[in-house]
Amino acid sequence: MTTTISIANRPKPGPAREYHFPVFERTTLPNGLTLIIAPTHSLPVVTVFAIVDAGAVTEPVGHEGVAQLTGRALNEGTPKYDGEALTDYLEQLGTSIGGGADWDSASLAMTVLSDNLDNAFVHFAEVLITPTFPAAAIERLKGERIAELMQIESEPRELADEKFDEYIYERTSRFRLPLGGTKESVARLTRSEVTAFHRARFRPSTTTLIIVGDVDSGVATKMVEGALGAWTGDPAPKATANDRPVRNSRAVRIVRKEDAPQSEVRIGHVGVPRTHPDYFSITVMNAVMGGLFSSRINLNLREAHGYTYGASSSFDWRREAGPFVVGTAVASDVTVPAIRETLKEIDRMRTEPISESELSLATSYLEGVFPIRYETTAAIASALAALTVYDLPADWYDSYRTRMSAVTVDDVLTAARAHVHPEALQIVIVGDTEAIREPLEALAFGPVDVVSP
Amino acid sequence: MRIPIETFRLENGLFVTFSEDHTAPIAAVNLWYHVGSANERLGRTGFAHLFEHMLFQGSEHVEANEHFELVQRAGGTLNGSTWLDRTNYFETVPSNQLGIALWLEADRMGALLPAMTQQKLDTQRDVVSNERRWSVDNQPYGTWWERLPALTYPDPHPYHHSLIGSFEDLKAASLDDIAQFFATYYTPDNAVLTIAGDFERAEAKRLVQSYFGAIPRGKGKPPLPDMTLPATFGGTLREVVIDDVSLPRLYLAFRIPPFGSNEYYAASIAGAVLGMRKGSRLQRTLVREREIATDATAFTFDLSKGADILVADVTARPGIAPEVLEQEVVREIDRLRIHGVTQSEVDRAVALIGTDFVVSMQQAGERADQLSRFATYFGDPSLISDQMRRYRSVTVDDVNRFAATRLGEDNRALLMYIPREGGDETSSEDTIDNDAALVTA
Repeated sequence: MTTTISIANRPKPGPAREYHFPVFERTTLPNGLTLIIAPTHSLPVVTVFAIVDAGAVTEPVGHEGVAQLTGRALNEGTPKYDGEALTDYLEQLGTSIGGGADWDSASLAMTVLSDNLDNAFVHFAEVLITPTFPAAAIERLKGERIAELMQIESEPRELADEKFDEYIYERTSRFRLPLGGTKESVARLTRSEVTAFHRARFRPSTTTLIIVGDVDSGVATKMVEGALGAWTGDPAPKATANDRPVRNSRAVRIVRKEDAPQSEVRIGHVGVPRTHPDYFSITVMNAVMGGLFSSRINLNLREAHGYTYGASSSFDWRREAGPFVVGTAVASDVTVPAIRETLKEIDRMRTEPISESELSLATSYLEGVFPIRYETTAAIASALAALTVYDLPADWYDSYRTRMSAVTVDDVLTAARAHVHPEALQIVIVGDTEAIREPLEALAFGPVDVVSP
Repeated sequence: MRIPIETFRLENGLFVTFSEDHTAPIAAVNLWYHVGSANERLGRTGFAHLFEHMLFQGSEHVEANEHFELVQRAGGTLNGSTWLDRTNYFETVPSNQLGIALWLEADRMGALLPAMTQQKLDTQRDVVSNERRWSVDNQPYGTWWERLPALTYPDPHPYHHSLIGSFEDLKAASLDDIAQFFATYYTPDNAVLTIAGDFERAEAKRLVQSYFGAIPRGKGKPPLPDMTLPATFGGTLREVVIDDVSLPRLYLAFRIPPFGSNEYYAASIAGAVLGMRKGSRLQRTLVREREIATDATAFTFDLSKGADILVADVTARPGIAPEVLEQEVVREIDRLRIHGVTQSEVDRAVALIGTDFVVSMQQAGERADQLSRFATYFGDPSLISDQMRRYRSVTVDDVNRFAATRLGEDNRALLMYIPREGGDETSSEDTIDNDAALVTA
């Protein structure tokens, strides 16, 4: 160190210590099951994560919500244990098995102390491949999903997210409806749809099992072969979601919430598929626009104007194009000024290059924060799952930081011009119609309609 | 699992904990100031939290908005939070950036006031007002975390009033308040600093000494009023809120001994038996078997002075009336109180708590925060390594004794939320005790 250590002198970083994403082995069992093992030994803990090509985009039309319901019902019983006995046994081992579904995959996860792995894994495997799906459990879980939907009707944040998706996608797009299905679609589901979905989609060749943590790779492989080696089944067909927008011109929707003290605002349009070659430049572009605390939109809306507690932008990455959206909550009386500032910031991403300082803030953040993201076995497992879900190359995480830091000012401008479309922006606001409708119409952004939750 | 710990104190009173671990090139910096909403004066509810916001507005050598920018540019994550009895600030950075995190914390501890302006205060007041709307006023059940302390800690107990504060009090806060609060509470002898992760001790010590060493000790803070409370509420307290919610929800609270006491661990296990995961009693009986509830949990506030609270939080299934929800939850509480728990239930709770503890210790930021907690409350960060032993030493008798003395009708506070449209306001009033308050939000 050459500079004096004093409060008057800003410290300079020393040389960074080398970091590598955990080493992992990927193998395929004879039955087609992909197995990824990443031994990390800092603490006696293991995460087991199964990823199955059984996400919501694979649901039969009319069965919306069956993927999530199936995922949630997996741990409700196996041939040897009913749901309650299974829960008791696992919780005595200090763990539990949680299932669910996302757009592009279903998943089953368990984090357990390494001493208890063997005993717990036997059940994990049975829950994955031989769930019994008792009819009573299916009916109860349906009821819980319907209760969840009722809760969303009075919860402005999630309501705004759901209403935004519903507003921007084409009528036949699965993305238009909530991931877990609607009241109508969930009410229609029965045990037979769940068992049929499991039978059709849960196959060894469409499953990746990921084990991260305090394990020996040879021992773990034997454990998996023993429990899942005899599982058979043909590959399930691939499914693709319709991700087309419903319109290409600006439009505004108000979702009525009388007397709401705040407007929950969503501004955006259909985004970009996860596998797009511009992934890195879009990620940097988004960080500058609204991805970081020090991004343009947050500094403008929160720190310059005090309109909000926070504002951010994001690309929701899916195999097909998920939404690009700016989200914020602002006091009702400043809804239109806040929207105007947001639109200005979105435009500015396309009309002028970002500064070198903005670029380096974004790239050095994304590069530096990389090891911090992967401190836990669960986080490493979910990163490894992305390799399967999005078909990424094995060296994805090793090259990630180099590729991120290679993004230039020009790349960001190009990405903004190619992937952000001010003329096609859609706005959805959950708020007090009486307070915001007139000013929104006066903004002359696009046609305004009003709906109930 | 042993967590390495070294502690020392600077001459100005700053208590420092080092916990070295070179697993990943990551270092966490964590500061707890022993001040929270409990220390606020009359007419200044919300001030401790507003003040936390002001700490991100720059200091003598740091421009407005630079605090966030410098940490993020370094590849780090950061934030702060305010609780009833403490305020914390934390950064996790690549280990070669430890210097910038320490420097930023030291500059704002030593010289915040040169950067304070009326305009910054006005803006943060607006930001916090929006935070209040976002997290309390425009959220279903969002008022619970100011109503429940108000119900369970009698006025003027320091935990009684709102942490986020009223709009009126936020409006009244001035730059003078900032200066006074800073001089009183943001002093090295009222703070603990923890560094966890990948760092070299001699070098880190040199940085801490150079950056923090010259900050003058404080003049002492005014003592909090007597925090002690009777062992129980002395009755069943009750508040019914008719609100914009879709389903009834009951928060049922019990007064329990403070965080860190022997009986606290028995209370914590009783809470886990009641509401931790699917195998807990409330989930097994009310969610699974009887389908009265959609969800049920139990948790403690973890307050280390006076008295803590244990809270069961249960949401009704559609079609279940609030009266039924209450009756069913109370029945489970009574069953626990009268018949006690089994060894297997205690074992299950300890096993789950044990796994969660190890899992959380994977993160340098979490290790640092827990070390700061034990340093702040008890002057001894090494108590972190004692937590699981204390949980394991709790017996069935301990839990049963706790349940018998603390879960009775003389120690219950019920905060019930009822949907506005579904709830008939007059009939709901019939279910309320004489001392009840009916509040319409």
